Amino acid sequence: MKMFEYMGKELFAKFGIPTPKGRMVTNPEDAAKVAAEIGGPCVVKSQVLSGKRGKAGGIKFPKTPEEAKAAAKEVLAMTIQGLPVECVLVEEMLKIDKELYISITVDGSAKQAVMIASAYGGMEIEAQPEEYIIKKHIDPELGMHPFFAREVIRRMGVAINSPHGKEMVKIIQSLYKICKEKDAELVEINPLVFSDDRVIAADAKVTIDDDAMFRMVDLPFVDDKSPAERAAADLGLSFVELDGDIAVMANGAGITMGTLDTLQAFGGTARNFLDAGGGTGREQTAKALKILLGLKPKSLFINIFGGITRCDDVANAFKDINTELGGFPVPVVIRLVGTNQEAGREILKSIGIEAYDFMQDAAKRVIELTK
Amino acid sequence: MAIIIDENTNVLVQGITGRQATFHTKQMLAYGTKIVAGCTPGKGGQVVEGVPVYNTVREACEKHRIDAAVIFVPAPGTKDAALENLEAGVKVVVIVTEGVPVFDEIDIVAYAKRKGAYVLGPNTFGIVSGGKCKMGIPPNQYFIKGDIGVVARSGTLTYEIVGNLTANGLGQSTVVGMGGDRAVGLTFVDVLKMFEKDDQTKAVVLIGEIGGNNEEIAAEYIKEMTKPVVAFIAGKSAPAGKRMGHAGAIIERGKGTYQGKVDALTAAGAKVAPLPFEVPALIKEALGRK
Repeated sequence: MKMFEYMGKELFAKFGIPTPKGRMVTNPEDAAKVAAEIGGPCVVKSQVLSGKRGKAGGIKFPKTPEEAKAAAKEVLAMTIQGLPVECVLVEEMLKIDKELYISITVDGSAKQAVMIASAYGGMEIEAQPEEYIIKKHIDPELGMHPFFAREVIRRMGVAINSPHGKEMVKIIQSLYKICKEKDAELVEINPLVFSDDRVIAADAKVTIDDDAMFRMVDLPFVDDKSPAERAAADLGLSFVELDGDIAVMANGAGITMGTLDTLQAFGGTARNFLDAGGGTGREQTAKALKILLGLKPKSLFINIFGGITRCDDVANAFKDINTELGGFPVPVVIRLVGTNQEAGREILKSIGIEAYDFMQDAAKRVIELTK
Repeated sequence: MAIIIDENTNVLVQGITGRQATFHTKQMLAYGTKIVAGCTPGKGGQVVEGVPVYNTVREACEKHRIDAAVIFVPAPGTKDAALENLEAGVKVVVIVTEGVPVFDEIDIVAYAKRKGAYVLGPNTFGIVSGGKCKMGIPPNQYFIKGDIGVVARSGTLTYEIVGNLTANGLGQSTVVGMGGDRAVGLTFVDVLKMFEKDDQTKAVVLIGEIGGNNEEIAAEYIKEMTKPVVAFIAGKSAPAGKRMGHAGAIIERGKGTYQGKVDALTAAGAKVAPLPFEVPALIKEALGRK
């Protein structure tokens, strides 16, 4: 789950990482109020879960409370990359002496968290030349210690005994603390700003591990999914919207990808990725089919290799939808093998749907029917 | 021989009294797996499918030699369950559970390394040594004894490909599911090295997917291998920035792309099957079989 910048900064503040003065507001009047409290030039930042806010005009630099009000009004009316701006962050304008980059994320190959740092912040880290990027893995059994932070800071070329160096030792340790205590798979400060003697997190990007949400009771919830993606997630299914013609459901992430690849190889395009997982029952499958039909595809392609999943459950779900809707509005092709295969096929036959043995044959057929 | 598990492996099922675990205990027993004990805290003394249940893994270890454990407990309790088995000295821990927090996975994997144990998963279908032993959830009928080693990240895709191998008369020495999550216990290289040494294995199928750089690292080792490797990589059609079900299956910042993996594997001498059902023909070609 991605967090809004203002939420990330609230989290930073709780863990002792300095952030700019200011707060989140949802209307122009409050923006003026915050600007007056700050008492000088401000930044008004749109709060959307997308990069490129600056390029889209979603960041303004008002000098007075009146200008802040106008800026907030303008930004709150914007839509950035399809996302409506529902709130803005009003903050003090920082005097920037230097911009740096620090983050901690999970390196799956190393099976460890990794600290990434650069003495040159502000731009995207991927845009940096390799020699400016510092990477240091964090041994999970050792954990984070001041020496680790000092070594990163030394490599960044910051004097360890300077006010900046001392503050950064604390910030780096706090970052790892956030990762561990809040199950954050990414915590990024870009830029980390030197402003006179202060070190301040001018931005905050925090992503919480979706799998750890069950133990994150005190975190605000951010819905970063489309309506169809939300409906699928509520069913416990993994779903991604794409822009092709054929709605797809398979059971398992790998086979679903393999199904999409096979469709593409034969000249078809998928409307979505839907991994129904293992052991999905009759009712769940019917609900998943409704999500697919809601996408208004040109056809429906189901690829089930049943291990835990029972073929008769899948077939019965089709029967239920067929009865409810009085037939399917688009052509349906099913590849159905595995547990209770024969029973499943009998049921499908009763509603006039033929099941295929092999994915490749079924894929070719659905593409024919889509054209 | 086969790798990691064989007909002599004594298996413990952690969380055996749960609905899925009970079902799969029955399936594993039917496959021939030697399940000697189960463990569910508070359910000690019960018997599931003829298997005695203990309150702790240590208690089970006092009564039986435990070589390997398969874990079916829900995600919030998975770290505890895995550490319990590792602490008790179990050397192979197979974690079927999906949805384990990544920092829990990191801790499990680090502890396993210190104990010199293998962890498969989390989020794995398990491991099958053809005709000898199955730990996990794959459907029994598709896994037969033979000389093809299979290593994969993904479950049902593996069934699809193993099903195709079996239909073409190609049995398997061992089929290893490493798990679909980001931080899992084994890498492709770990498993490829075992297959390279295993007498029973004559060729290897590597089933990868987009995201991460495991396949690229594997390619470096494949250069040194004497046995032929055939690969399939899922996610050719996947757009960048979209996570395709598995936590690891995402093309981020232009890394972990399909083409990058195919190029690396091909340069290393592996044959890459464009589609899943094309794997058996490439294996037969590599082994000079009809």
